[in-house]
Amino acid sequence: MELPFALAIGVLVAGAVYMLLARDLPRMLVGFVLLGTAANLLILLAGRVGGMTPPLVAAGMAAPGADAANPLPQALILTAIVIGFGLAAFALMLIVKARAVLGTVRPDEMAAAEPRAGAVSSPPTPPRALPPPRREAA
Amino acid sequence: MSGIALALLVGAGGSAAMAFVPARLAAWLGAGLAASLCAFYAAHLGAVSTGAVPAAAFWGVPALDIAGGLRLDGLALLFALLITGIGALVFLYAGSYMAGDARLRRLLVMLGLFMTAMLGAVTADDAILLFIFWELTSLASFFLVGTNHQSPAARKAALQALLVTGGGGLALLAGLVLVAIAAGTTSISGMIAAAPAVLAHPAAEPAMLLVIAGAFAKSAQVPFHFWLPNAMAAPTPVSAYLHSATMVKLGVYLLARFNPLYQGVALWHELLMWAGLATAATGALLALRETDLKRVLAHTTVTGLGTLVMLIGIAPELSATAAVTFLLVHAFYKAALFLVVGIVDHETGSRDGAALGGLGRAMPLTAVAAGLAAFSMAGLPPFVGFVAKELLYEAKLGAGPASDVLIVLGFLINASMVAVAGVLSLRLFLGASRPTPETPHDPHWAMIAGPVLLALLGLAAGSMPALVADLVVEPAVRAILGRPVAVTLKLWHGFNLVLALSAATVLLGVVLFLAWERIVPGLRRAEAIDRFGPARFYERLLAGTISLAERCTGLVQHGHLHGYIATLFAATAIALLGTLAVRGGFDAPAFAFGALDPRALALVAIVVGVLATVLARSVLVAVMAMGLVGFAVSLLFLLFGAPDVAFTQFAVETLLVVILAAALVILPIATRDDRAPRRKLADAAVAILAGAAVTAVLLAVLATPFDPRLGAWFGANSYPAAHGRNVVNVILVDFRALDTLGEIMVLAIAAFAVVALLRRARTGDAR
Repeated sequence: MELPFALAIGVLVAGAVYMLLARDLPRMLVGFVLLGTAANLLILLAGRVGGMTPPLVAAGMAAPGADAANPLPQALILTAIVIGFGLAAFALMLIVKARAVLGTVRPDEMAAAEPRAGAVSSPPTPPRALPPPRREAA
Repeated sequence: MSGIALALLVGAGGSAAMAFVPARLAAWLGAGLAASLCAFYAAHLGAVSTGAVPAAAFWGVPALDIAGGLRLDGLALLFALLITGIGALVFLYAGSYMAGDARLRRLLVMLGLFMTAMLGAVTADDAILLFIFWELTSLASFFLVGTNHQSPAARKAALQALLVTGGGGLALLAGLVLVAIAAGTTSISGMIAAAPAVLAHPAAEPAMLLVIAGAFAKSAQVPFHFWLPNAMAAPTPVSAYLHSATMVKLGVYLLARFNPLYQGVALWHELLMWAGLATAATGALLALRETDLKRVLAHTTVTGLGTLVMLIGIAPELSATAAVTFLLVHAFYKAALFLVVGIVDHETGSRDGAALGGLGRAMPLTAVAAGLAAFSMAGLPPFVGFVAKELLYEAKLGAGPASDVLIVLGFLINASMVAVAGVLSLRLFLGASRPTPETPHDPHWAMIAGPVLLALLGLAAGSMPALVADLVVEPAVRAILGRPVAVTLKLWHGFNLVLALSAATVLLGVVLFLAWERIVPGLRRAEAIDRFGPARFYERLLAGTISLAERCTGLVQHGHLHGYIATLFAATAIALLGTLAVRGGFDAPAFAFGALDPRALALVAIVVGVLATVLARSVLVAVMAMGLVGFAVSLLFLLFGAPDVAFTQFAVETLLVVILAAALVILPIATRDDRAPRRKLADAAVAILAGAAVTAVLLAVLATPFDPRLGAWFGANSYPAAHGRNVVNVILVDFRALDTLGEIMVLAIAAFAVVALLRRARTGDAR
């Protein structure tokens, strides 16, 4: 089971990197999420995989059965999934913001921080991409 | 703490104190500091001349095998006296020369620190300590040359001085470290004591050449001589102090210091002798091309330094005596003449030797000082300069087979020095007076005191040669040769070949002086000298380095995000695969289709999801495919005994897909992946490389024996210690509770940031 598992992780990483190399931010975000998923699976596999029994202590027992899964990678992955979700949400908001301010989601067109020679000095006027506020925030 | 160590701390402390008093007071403080240090060192004269060598512990680092320590032998004492004595006069002079200038106090503080560093360098008995002080003097020189930092020329000169002497410093460090390794100690006296071991070391010759390179750069020897005239961008007190009397002599000091170690090595003597002679000749030639009096003096300083290096190179004992005497003489007259030129510049507003003349009536005191110093420079009796020149000729006559060349070139060099001395005294102060930008007059006494005193010292030393020989020259010569020698200095040697040479020198010098106005323009027209100098080479090297750096930066920091990402992954993958290849392969786990259980279908689902993501035309489809991957992974977790993880993954993946899809309402969803096919192939290659690296590393990890202790420990302690039956939960909320708390905080912060970003985006506030 380990060889196909490792191969699948490799495919996942390759897909993630391919998406990260795209020239627009939404695709890069997809690659970013995939890379996180690949890392989680890598942790699981490195902690060894076996049967389907979860690491639970049965009533009257002091420890999980011998065939139970390794609990440590699971705890690490749980943390990683949640953090990864927070990070992805934050990155998504940055992309939305970048689109609003710079009018593009393509890093090569974002010239505000380091204007290229020959480029217009001011960033392009943002298109009215957002719906007008329905109610003013406090 | 011993006195000679305390002297350094007093110097540093006094310099720092100058930063906190008004500039006028600081000049007095500096002069007082230097004078009292001079008196302190002078008090050692008697003891040192009878053979005592005071030593002190200072900054040893036993853990690094750095011995540390200071030592005040005759050579160190001579330098210390010059540094502090001339230093006192320069402080006095600078306070008046730059009175009212906002940069005066900074200049004085730097001068004080420089003086302290010089004292440290000459009294250090430790190679590392010597190197540190050596570099400090280079740094001080950088700031002092760049005093007039608004001028691009001054900044350029400062950088040039720093790069040339600093580059030499690096060579010196390498050389000193090699010698220290061979000798087994960083102590300089230890190195000299271990001379046979040092010379027998396989790296002895490179080490010696590196030390020489460091000394040559510092003392402006050919081919490094070009930085010194440019350093004249500094204010005159700095030029007089650093670039004539003290700092540039540090290279000479180093050669003299290491002479006991290397004397007897033929290459040492040959190299020093010929390089010194070449330097002296170059300086003499270039001095006759200039009319800016400061640059004239700078070139003659190059000549003086070359002469000193040559004398150290000439083997017989007499040359060491000549070197020390000439060092003393040169310090006296050159510092005095620099100060005089500074006075002329200050009072007339010009220092162009061709345009000035007849200043003697307006500034008689200055004229007297200049005349006395110039006579010493020309080597006329009864000045000490005469004594030195006689010794110089004597040393050259005794130099063996090379003496013919030395004498002939030396004769020409000395004659041109006579001519320059004439320009600086007779031409400048006698004859018809010419108009000057400002009305000339004698300066404030603080400025004239220095040159007068130095010029008188030159006269006094010439009239009491025996005293000078015993107190100053003999101990220094003993240090240079590493053995006691008898030194006698005489003003009158009788009628002999040397005297005839002296007379002929003066005669030719007078001829050159009379023809000076025709010689200078003639030599100036010889532009070939400018075209093929090492200065050009320096310019090219500097420009080449900068453009190379620009190109490298442009190559690495190109500003394209995908380039950075591709580099990152490709480099990591290559490093991982390369390491695996070098360290040896591993056994791939056994695999048979029959052993495959149905759970492998979840893996297939992952692969299908990834392919769908990669091939998706629109971002929306890619997000959906990403969701498919997430759900397949969630299923995989469930199938491998991780239901908690599976549920979390499922929930998060659902949320993420919903949020992303929602965001795509305002993001351009229809954007196609418009990479050119070739680009796609290149990106795919990087991606596949990265994937292969991860798989290979994973397989290598799986091939190593598994250590189940942590998992087993958590399992065994979950219920007894934490009263929880779900081990994963117990780890998260109990054993690693603080980690979980941190995770919650991270999420909360991310949530706040998202809300803030969203709110500003919604209200249309673009910035």
